[in-house]
Amino acid sequence: MAVHTAEQLAHEQRRYLQVFAWLTVLTALELGVIYMPIPHVVIGGMLVVLAATKAALVALYYMHLSVEKRTLTYIAVTPAVLCVLLIFALLPDLGAITRALTHATPSPPVAEEARH
Amino acid sequence: MSHAAVADHDLLEPAESPLTPESWGKLGMWIFLAADAMSFGGLLAGYGALRYGDPTWPRPSSVLGIQLTALMTFLLICSSVTMVEALAAIRQGDHAGLRKFLVLTVMGGTMFLGLQSFEWTKLIYHEGQSITKNNFGATFFILTGFHGCHVFGGVTYLSAVLGRAARGVSGAIIVALVGVVGALVTIAVTSATLSAIVAIVVAALAGGLVYLVATALAGPKGVYNAHDNSEVEIAALYWHFVDLIWILVFTFVYLL
Repeated sequence: MAVHTAEQLAHEQRRYLQVFAWLTVLTALELGVIYMPIPHVVIGGMLVVLAATKAALVALYYMHLSVEKRTLTYIAVTPAVLCVLLIFALLPDLGAITRALTHATPSPPVAEEARH
Repeated sequence: MSHAAVADHDLLEPAESPLTPESWGKLGMWIFLAADAMSFGGLLAGYGALRYGDPTWPRPSSVLGIQLTALMTFLLICSSVTMVEALAAIRQGDHAGLRKFLVLTVMGGTMFLGLQSFEWTKLIYHEGQSITKNNFGATFFILTGFHGCHVFGGVTYLSAVLGRAARGVSGAIIVALVGVVGALVTIAVTSATLSAIVAIVVAALAGGLVYLVATALAGPKGVYNAHDNSEVEIAALYWHFVDLIWILVFTFVYLL
């Protein structure tokens, strides 16, 4: 990034404050959303979108990814993509195991006796 | 050109990084952050997978203090703003502005640590939560603890940059030590008194101490200037990353 003229710096500083205002508003929205009388799945979806927007604002404007080379953006985004893939890779295993443990019921004694 | 000269030329490191022309250090920081993001990604993925399969998982808002954590989130957002302002200041050659905004950033990080120690103490001693109690406790304390270690590292790192801005290597060591002691005292006093107000007051005092030491050390000019400030930019990248990760932790661990 090579932004060094006074005019560009002043423009950037205005942008920083705008982003700060957006981050504050989005955080307040997140707090409001969790108390809304709507299904939990919808709340979850809204929260994920709001968090992704806030993270993108920080990365694009405070970490200056918006003016960096595209390849650097790919380096930054790769962990996020891999993380999402990891979640889907883990879900079948851990979800199934934990559900089986949670819903496991002891076998009836009659069946035990019949086996002998 | 002789064969030896050609071979030497091939061995030479290029003067400029292809992705970050300002410095190789910046590219190094980006690669470190990508690797660190994978660590957090693994922890968050593990959290999600364990939670998905457990119908007895408590609703986080019923166990954790959302309002306090929202305040912590706001503090980190504010400290990100002061960090970009510090970078903007030195790009304009404003040394005093750089020091002022760096101190405010360090203060924000120290307050965050104090509030986190208050939250942890309350959860452990009053709510009966622990890292060994259940999957909720294990994932919560590991995730927030790992992030807290990053904040502590960030406070140390930024204190060192502040020391460099005041007086080179010796300044970096002295101010970083003062920053570390201030953060540790804030954590210890907050845990002992179990008060969020105390956390804020002690963090402000610790920040004031860092400011006094940096001001006492300040020479006519720090090591940074309007043209040479890539160290500040690299430190800023780290601090914004810590903020970005907290935004995700706040949503996935506290709100969802």
